[in-house]
Amino acid sequence: MSITCREDLLKKREEAQSEIKSYTCRILVCSGTGCMASGAQKIYDQMKLLCEGLDGVQIEMQKDIPHLGVVKTGCQGLCELGPLMRIEPYNYQYVKVQPEDCREIVEKTVMEGLPVERLFYTHDNQRYQHPEDIPFLKLQTRIVLENCGKIDAESIDEYIAIGGFSALSKAIFDMTPDQVIDEVEKSGLRGRGGAGFPAGKKWRQVAGQPEKTRYVVCNGDEGDPGAFMDGSVMEGDPYKMIEGMVIAGYAVGAQEGYIYVRAEYPLSVARLKKAMRQAEEYGILGDHILGTDFSFHLHINRGAGAFVCGEGSALTASIEGNRGMPRVKPPRTVEKGLWEKPTVLNNVETYANVPKIILQGADWFRTIGTEKSPGTKTFSLTGSIETTGLIEVPMGTTLRHIIYDIGGGLKSGAAFKGVQIGGPSGGCLTEEHLDQPLDFDSVKKFDAIMGSGGLVVMDENTCMVEVARFFMSFTQRESCGKCVPCREGTKRMLEILERIVDGKGEMKDLDQLQELAEMVRSMALCGLGKSAPLPVISTLKRFREEYEEHIINKKCRAKVCTAMRQYHINPDFCKGCGKCAKNCPVGAIRGVRKKPYVINTDLCIKCGACKDNCAFDAIYVEA
Amino acid sequence: MLDQSYYKKADEIIEEYGRKESSLIPIMQDIQAEYRYLPGELLTYVAKEIGVKEAKAYSVATFYENFSFEPKGKYVIKVCDGTACHVRKSMPVKEALMKELGLNHKKHTTDDMMFTVETVSCLGACGLAPALNVNDVVHPKMSPEKALELLDELRGEN
Repeated sequence: MSITCREDLLKKREEAQSEIKSYTCRILVCSGTGCMASGAQKIYDQMKLLCEGLDGVQIEMQKDIPHLGVVKTGCQGLCELGPLMRIEPYNYQYVKVQPEDCREIVEKTVMEGLPVERLFYTHDNQRYQHPEDIPFLKLQTRIVLENCGKIDAESIDEYIAIGGFSALSKAIFDMTPDQVIDEVEKSGLRGRGGAGFPAGKKWRQVAGQPEKTRYVVCNGDEGDPGAFMDGSVMEGDPYKMIEGMVIAGYAVGAQEGYIYVRAEYPLSVARLKKAMRQAEEYGILGDHILGTDFSFHLHINRGAGAFVCGEGSALTASIEGNRGMPRVKPPRTVEKGLWEKPTVLNNVETYANVPKIILQGADWFRTIGTEKSPGTKTFSLTGSIETTGLIEVPMGTTLRHIIYDIGGGLKSGAAFKGVQIGGPSGGCLTEEHLDQPLDFDSVKKFDAIMGSGGLVVMDENTCMVEVARFFMSFTQRESCGKCVPCREGTKRMLEILERIVDGKGEMKDLDQLQELAEMVRSMALCGLGKSAPLPVISTLKRFREEYEEHIINKKCRAKVCTAMRQYHINPDFCKGCGKCAKNCPVGAIRGVRKKPYVINTDLCIKCGACKDNCAFDAIYVEA
Repeated sequence: MLDQSYYKKADEIIEEYGRKESSLIPIMQDIQAEYRYLPGELLTYVAKEIGVKEAKAYSVATFYENFSFEPKGKYVIKVCDGTACHVRKSMPVKEALMKELGLNHKKHTTDDMMFTVETVSCLGACGLAPALNVNDVVHPKMSPEKALELLDELRGEN
């Protein structure tokens, strides 16, 4: 069925709403990547099996009893507690559901509406029945993620039922393209991909180009290790982002759009493809959208495993079928982007913000967040934290609120050390930044970037030098090799970091590291190269003493760096069995039977074979 | 020499995306999905068919990490080494797998073509770190012990 006018859309909405209301009970199984990994598919299949039997019986006996809807929703946000299941209309949130729980859920909740108490989230002896009561969810402001976990991510009807595509119809029928751009500009929406360039300004520039063939491109190449917000939006609410792209297409006069999704997100690709097909059937994508003269075709491209393709000009090069290498700018993407045509390039989250801005207005949007960075920001909260998962908070929220109130503090109460924001191109924030409001501008001042929004919390068991080495090995590997500062600079920095981690560093290495980092920061060709040294710069500034300890004292306080370890035998526990001496590949352990053995630390190669095989836990590691 | 069926499959895939320069990457992706690697002869063939220079096709194929000219094992195990997985100790998981399978940093695939072990930058399952995936199915909260159990399970499937 094709929707050819506004009334059709409203009619479709009513139909879809009454369809949803006809369910007496809806079982929503989270099917985000996290929950799928924890076995959500089995739960979904099991529930379907159990409910189908039930359904059959009921239909046979009484025709007008509606059937049960078991739907796949996107990420519900509590990845650690998966698989998650929500049951409507009771609004029960079950966590860590196992296949053997399904029968009880069907018998108690589905048939009688009673809760299965033990499946509720429990924290500090308190049970939380409803998702909005759980502190992790209660303290968030969800705009981009509002539908994630609430609607069936594979049903366009559900999206329409909750008001989907009203923004599009408002834009097309009540506004001129210019007015749409005005609204976005006034809202102050800034690109959520990292740099925070005003989206409205970008659109205005594209709309003003003399060339009439224009493109709208969505950057879904969320390559930062430790970030999965965009993936969750694409999986959980693909329609919203598509709606945002179509509105952008209308605003700038584009006829074609491309979504570039990284290859590691097969579920996102599948969901988007399905959503696009449904939208085409409904006349929301393709020729004559909603019966008007406006046509917009959407295509999907999969990435092929190159981090640098998250950079604008590399991304468009990749869509064109070339090596994904950034080029010198200007001309900017708004002037010469995809196939040398004016191109709007925004990321997933930016597009997903658009429908609400059009619908509720720029003034409403400005009530959230800070003056210079209005709206919300999604973050993926991971690392050493009690509750990991996907969150959305107003811009300007403090790290303390995110980590301690929403995330529940550090895992097993360990001491906070730092948080890496913005992935490998970001920096490390510490204790002193905990109470600073986070927005695009404040983060930049702390030698970091907002990036796409990965937040990896690190505790006392994380070695900051090793973390810097880890990020550098990532950027060095992913450097496209086009410009010398990045290609050679990252390589040399990595060598120095490896030396330090191996206990072979010298003090002059630190100066050289600093110099190299500043050189790459100012001279690399693209944004990724320029931000590659940030992890080094920020750790050198804030954790210099750890670097010095590695170099001078040959000590790693987090006990992470293998080369710094010293293995010792505790004479109180050692029974003198001699097993360690037999296992030692270099003959560094000596002793007399039935007497405590001793490790010669000069010979020891720190392989750990002795410790792994000691039956009495007598061998310990000293950092 | 490749079997004729490879070229037939390539033709089908080329038809789907059309004979143009921008089809190169999606075509290579589908071929790789089909055979778990990109046979060199086939790439030469595709380049000719869609009107791209052979050198260009190779330059693109070698640029992107996802493409492999070497056949991979039946089970491709990708151990995630994203930030979250890294700080939750993903490398010991990889080391345990490599040790068990007799692999090293130069040899990624077992001789019987059953297993390939690789590192991947981020699977987007950071909440369940450390994670790995086997032929695109994500396995969460790994440990060296659990990884070895998983290997046994996979071996049992055969």
